[in-house]
Amino acid sequence: MKIQIKNGRLIDPKNGIDAQQDIYIAAGDIVGIGNAPADFHANRVIDATGLVVCPGLVDLSARLREPGFEYMATLESEMRAAAAGGVTSLSCPPDTDPPLDEPGLVEMLKFRAKSMPGPRVYPVGALTWKLKGERITEMAELHEAGCVAFSQADTPILDTLVLMRAMEYAATFGFPVWLRPRDAHLVKDGVAHDGAVAARLGLPPIPVASETVALATIVLLMKATGARVHVCRLSSAEAIAMVRQAKSDGLPISCDINVHHLHLTELDVADFNPNCHLYPPFRSQRDRDAIRAAVADGTIDAICSDHAPVDDDAKELPFQEAEPGATGLELLLPLTLRWAKEQRCGLGQAVDLITRRPAELLGIEAGQLGVGAPADLCLFDPEAWWQVTRKSLHSLGKNSPFLGMELQGQVRYTIIDGHVDFERNHNNA
Amino acid sequence: MPLPAPNELIDRLAEQIRPTLTPDCALIGIHTGGVWVMEELARRLGGELPCGSLDIAFYRDDFSRIGLHPVVKPSHIGFDIEGRRLLLVDDVLYTGRTVRAAMNQLFDYGRPAAIRLAVLVDRGGRELPICPDFSGYKFDLADDRHLSLTRDAAGALGFVQGAA
Amino acid sequence: MSPNIQLNEDGSLRHLLSLDGLPARILTQILDTADGFLSVTEQEVKKVPLLRGKAIFNLFFEPSTRTRTTFEIAAKRLSADVVNLNISASSQSKGETLLDTVANLSAMHADMFIVRHSSAGAAHLIARNVADHIRVMNAGDGRHAHPTQGLLDMFTIRHFKGGFHNLRIAIVGDILHSRVARSQINALTTLGCPELRVVAPKTLLPHDVEGMGVHVHHRLEDGIKDVDVVMMLRLQNERMQGALLPSPQEYFKYWGLTPDKLKLAKPDAIVMHPGPMNRGVEIDSDVADGKQSVILPQVTYGIAVRMAVMSILAGN
Repeated sequence: MKIQIKNGRLIDPKNGIDAQQDIYIAAGDIVGIGNAPADFHANRVIDATGLVVCPGLVDLSARLREPGFEYMATLESEMRAAAAGGVTSLSCPPDTDPPLDEPGLVEMLKFRAKSMPGPRVYPVGALTWKLKGERITEMAELHEAGCVAFSQADTPILDTLVLMRAMEYAATFGFPVWLRPRDAHLVKDGVAHDGAVAARLGLPPIPVASETVALATIVLLMKATGARVHVCRLSSAEAIAMVRQAKSDGLPISCDINVHHLHLTELDVADFNPNCHLYPPFRSQRDRDAIRAAVADGTIDAICSDHAPVDDDAKELPFQEAEPGATGLELLLPLTLRWAKEQRCGLGQAVDLITRRPAELLGIEAGQLGVGAPADLCLFDPEAWWQVTRKSLHSLGKNSPFLGMELQGQVRYTIIDGHVDFERNHNNA
Repeated sequence: MPLPAPNELIDRLAEQIRPTLTPDCALIGIHTGGVWVMEELARRLGGELPCGSLDIAFYRDDFSRIGLHPVVKPSHIGFDIEGRRLLLVDDVLYTGRTVRAAMNQLFDYGRPAAIRLAVLVDRGGRELPICPDFSGYKFDLADDRHLSLTRDAAGALGFVQGAA
Repeated sequence: MSPNIQLNEDGSLRHLLSLDGLPARILTQILDTADGFLSVTEQEVKKVPLLRGKAIFNLFFEPSTRTRTTFEIAAKRLSADVVNLNISASSQSKGETLLDTVANLSAMHADMFIVRHSSAGAAHLIARNVADHIRVMNAGDGRHAHPTQGLLDMFTIRHFKGGFHNLRIAIVGDILHSRVARSQINALTTLGCPELRVVAPKTLLPHDVEGMGVHVHHRLEDGIKDVDVVMMLRLQNERMQGALLPSPQEYFKYWGLTPDKLKLAKPDAIVMHPGPMNRGVEIDSDVADGKQSVILPQVTYGIAVRMAVMSILAGN
């Protein structure tokens, strides 16, 4: 299959390109930019007039819910949702049932994912057996099976000694450890930011200290163990300041945020909308503003969807009983674009945060459009408005705080490994 | 059409009622206009007539259509009505539904020996078999017209008429 | 995002879920109507025919015989048919969701749900998912709101103090976990109380409670100085000893209301408590039974206030 994409605005932050250029694809790779290679005869020509052509999106955290949670969503449905969101590579956290703590499970997941259209899947292995925080996993074996990093997903390790040992063992091999800064005791039964809204609604609070105390522990253990840590889903201004300091101290630390935290605050919880129940919680406006600024100045390395499809039965409950999480794969692009527009950042910077930079954190070849690179591309209309509805979402999870709202920026084509895995007709969009 | 002044009508009512008074009589006014009329009557009739007031909001038959009356006043009957001869007082008698409600409410206070009805104005248009024992003035007013009693800050009573 | 779910388009009350966001005119309308219902207790038959033929379901997901009874009496005095359902956590865990339960009961031609639940926002969730003609009353949801308790407290204060505009009021006790305190604060700020204080150790106060319009005091002596009304809160047993408080004895010593401490308030100050009381923990018996206590009238007014809310909701 040979594809020519013409008349599009090519944005490739890695190679410093933002210009109207054609792109040529053959045998799963990019074979030409600007000028067609000799003897190139396209089987298909895509007219990308008015569209942005960029590397396929790389999402650092998307739950595909297999194995174990097929009642919430299936691998097939979420792979399709990823493609519809322009995502061509994703990593999935190990919080499946059973958790990804054995090589066989990881191999099976990779095999299943490969057998269907959709993005390349990079599992994150469990740091401890059953995510129980007691016994470390066979990280080297898991790595061979395809794990790109190790994490505890949302379940923190209570025993600090186990955490230190796990970091030391990972550091032995140079494996990155992905950790959510979450002090379980300080979070306890909390469901909302410990601020004015939680006080008013009587929702059990989650103090900022639950994030900063855990982060301080992680940073100090990094110094003690030499582990490389990626801190997942920051939510507070204080934590961002700590990461900024750790970076300037030269520690091998990186971090990301959930794209929803660029836009929402504790006030969005005020009518008990269970779709706004996420972990970490939406915090104050000051925190939100700090996140937006830290993404712009590069302190925050990447934006992810933290995709968590939840079925209606688990969401249509009183706020504090509802399963946390929001469906995100299809919102990653438009919500990032919205931030860029509001923050007055260029499209190039926005694309960079959801392509090249997460790809680098994963240590994969994706996130760029150089000649010879795998042909993973996203073609989107940056001007098109679309409404987030139960119907317009491909994910089986319809749980979005943005349900009913109009967002700008819509994916038209997603090309993975040289195949058009998703395309949206202008008419039946 | 012009009506006689309310005070004149109350005088007439008092003259009708006076000969029928017995020691076991008591006055019950229906909020709001009926209470004003009752107070004036009580002054004219003199003596130590016990007086009570009813707000029939909780006994109305149109609750399911129009909901609770926006202003509800407490009812107050500070004496035992058991075995008493009650004179129920209202300002304007029209469909009779208010009187029906008031009688139902009275029976929730006890069993009076008798209930008689005194109204300032009987404007016709009855929808229930209710007939006043005493009325200050009687005339027929069309259904699309509205008539009510008002009281100004100085305590002077007056009638208001208009489109219903 | 959504307009106030508690109000109809014409601004009348549709559901009573919280006192937060209700305008003063509605609070006053409820209190005025309750005045009318209080007079019904003068009647030999203490019952009015207003809600004849209406079906009111007491949906208690959290057991509370006492509160359920007050709603039941109120509904019966309005001649409504009352069905009591105590839905334990275990039957919920059998797979039927909260909304399944509500849908089932709606099919039995319910007109009103009175909901008590251990999670904040449960009544909101139900109100958002019931048919148009059904009304929802919150009888307590988690730490969020207990609006009828807040209203009966307002009724009590208005009854004994004539209004709210010149009052200094202190709420004392476990503010953090109290839905009663939240409803009281919402009502008092809306009704124009010029000085509202909360008094508690830091462990029993939410962060940012000042954002609700109250002054914070940690010492009882400071908090009740020269107040017109002292509103005590109940301290739950499980919170008397642990990380929040060291012991009920220490709590009583520093935050318990005794006759001596009450002398710091105005001489004509009234003392309130939502019940049930922990004598010797948050309140001394001599205060609870003393002449400044209005705790029993609160209970009486509670029935009238609930009758008022039920009939206003059913009529709108």
